[in-house]
Amino acid sequence: MRRLIFLAPLLLLAVVVAGFALGLRRDPSLLPSTLIGKPLPRFSLPPVDPKAPGLATADMIGGGPRLLNVFGSWCVSCRYEHPVLMALKSQGVAIDGLDWRDTRADATRFLAAEGNPYERIGDDEAGHAVIDLGVAAAPETFVVDRQGRVRYKQVGPITPEVWTATIAPLMARLKSE
Amino acid sequence: MKRLIAPFLAVLALAGPALAVLPSEQLSNPKLEARARKIGAELRCLVCQNETIDESEAPLAGDLRVLLRQRLLAGDSDQQAIAYIVARYGHFVLLKPPFEADTLILWLGPFLVLVLGGLGVAAMTRTRATPDMQPPPSLTPEEEAALARRLEADRVS
Repeated sequence: MRRLIFLAPLLLLAVVVAGFALGLRRDPSLLPSTLIGKPLPRFSLPPVDPKAPGLATADMIGGGPRLLNVFGSWCVSCRYEHPVLMALKSQGVAIDGLDWRDTRADATRFLAAEGNPYERIGDDEAGHAVIDLGVAAAPETFVVDRQGRVRYKQVGPITPEVWTATIAPLMARLKSE
Repeated sequence: MKRLIAPFLAVLALAGPALAVLPSEQLSNPKLEARARKIGAELRCLVCQNETIDESEAPLAGDLRVLLRQRLLAGDSDQQAIAYIVARYGHFVLLKPPFEADTLILWLGPFLVLVLGGLGVAAMTRTRATPDMQPPPSLTPEEEAALARRLEADRVS
């Protein structure tokens, strides 16, 4: 029995190793959104393309589950995510865009070259709406339900894996809500 | 050499973190600006996560500095301005985390380790000390006799 105390440091080491093994796998840049379950913050943004509609909070309420995608033509991960958004658009997923800290010329060129998956785009050049949304880095995507509440936030690009595993089931659930 | 130490320490004392607060962002009211600096030093930049928003060059940190100053100009107290940003980004933006249920282990963990360590040290010293604390067994009559002979022999020689 006495001898067992010599195992204590080894046991402690095992606990610490287990802690690190779990802890180091977690991405510290993934922050939980404070908005989950809460209504989308109010904003009303001008369009990127003067002929197209801008984006206000009211536009996102009532239409069933929608995605709100924060992007910028300067954002590399957004370019990586873009083909996925285009594919979702062709599947009939409603996506609105929030163009962050961008110039209209750059955004227009980006969308003309890569395609435009958004129904509406708000131009948040000053970055105020993005701060109200608690966005740290583009791309981030909010799933907004019919009542205009935020139900999920995807930090980083939506990959096909993330879509099929997480967002698509949630969207299906919200549709029947 | 000794003469160099004092000026060296004085210069070292002047060294502070390099701040990214741009002149165009600063408020003309020095009191408000001082408050903004104090708050800014407590808020984490969400992009470069171990820098304060005052130290970070990230555009988002700049936007947050401007927003913070707008809140102060609008008449917010320090607490209100901090709450405004916490409401958007969560407690993670606070470099000094609040004392709450989910931060208990953070605040009390070190004391827990200290107590556990103290208990360990106490247990060890107790087990080591016990044999020494017992009075030595008294000598047997044969040993007493042997000792007396030795002492006698020493005295004679």
